[in-house]
Amino acid sequence: MFERIREIIAEQTGKDVEEITMETNVKTDLEADSLDLFQIINDIEDEFDVKIENVEGIETVGDVVKIVEEGKKD
Amino acid sequence: MYFSKISATGSCAPDKIVTNDDLSKIVDTNDEWIVSRSGIKRRHFSSGENASDLATGAAEEIIKRSGIDPLDIELIIVATVSADYTTPSTACLVQANIGAANAVAFDVGAACAGFMFGLSVADKYIKCGVYKNAIIIGTEVLSKYLDFNDRGTCVLFGDGAAGVLLERTEEQEGILCEEIGSDGFKAMALTKGFSPAGNVFNNVSCEADRSMKMDGKAIFDFATRSVPVSVKKLLEKSGRFTDEIDFVIPHQANSRIVEIISRKLKMPLDKFYMNMDEYGNTSSASIPLALNEMVEKGIIKKGSLCIFTGFGAGLTWGSMLVKF
Repeated sequence: MFERIREIIAEQTGKDVEEITMETNVKTDLEADSLDLFQIINDIEDEFDVKIENVEGIETVGDVVKIVEEGKKD
Repeated sequence: MYFSKISATGSCAPDKIVTNDDLSKIVDTNDEWIVSRSGIKRRHFSSGENASDLATGAAEEIIKRSGIDPLDIELIIVATVSADYTTPSTACLVQANIGAANAVAFDVGAACAGFMFGLSVADKYIKCGVYKNAIIIGTEVLSKYLDFNDRGTCVLFGDGAAGVLLERTEEQEGILCEEIGSDGFKAMALTKGFSPAGNVFNNVSCEADRSMKMDGKAIFDFATRSVPVSVKKLLEKSGRFTDEIDFVIPHQANSRIVEIISRKLKMPLDKFYMNMDEYGNTSSASIPLALNEMVEKGIIKKGSLCIFTGFGAGLTWGSMLVKF
């Protein structure tokens, strides 16, 4: 799952996949603004068939992975 | 069977142009930040003209270009969320200003999809034979509502008006197909202005709230997911394919949202006309402002097949297939 999420983030932000780790901060390290983040979340929602709320609480790539894992469990 | 065709367009924007640099002098922002996030470079702000004044300017241009006698105008529909008055309607003010004494005039409110809803209503009146023509105008003075302490929103909006003359035809042209809808269950995702039900016999505050409130994620989802679906439904209903479409005229909210819509529809971005760089988001006025500019530049020609698609608060959306 992390691999696919990395690819989605890399595609949207134009970064290399290798640059993206669980600790990467989506706002500061990826220079993603709110629209980038919404698009990343949209693509992840479609890919994993989950609904992601509380986008404001997302700081790191790890946060995204955790939300998707919890969403899949529900 | 009657169809309704667009036989003239017109617009009116305030002369005062406010650049991103002008805004950066009063709020903490800059040109690069605004352009990269929204595609907006300038917007026109009222120097005192209200929504009815701009709508009148657009109507006068339509009358001049079409040569129609104002006394022959049968219907005037104005779409706006920034009317001069709660009542009378802006359409009635325009009626008097242009001397259209024989017209029926009323407003429709469907925010950024307002022009589409106005066009839809007028099209039905014409198709069922009640009226032979109609003027439909989208007009907004959004600058009067902007909070210039909020750099996230005050840079996005602008003022302007534009519209069309719709006329009855027996040819199969003009508005060929539509797909409009509403989702009131998500009404709170985007609101502007609230009037509480206060009176002297209850304890409810009488203080109105003029500000705009938006759930960014919900609106982004709506614009980038529902609009492509609406356009696809329109194409299915009309039996057309994307490669038959010459131009898409989307609501001019944000160039990045338009880019995503183009990608999802697998239609080249150069078919999507954008002029938010000049006007910002003018809500009800944005689609006719873009349309009028395309007509003036000779981009739309006789026979051009276009899709108009608007989406906004309500939530509301509307897409139309229009042959010129």
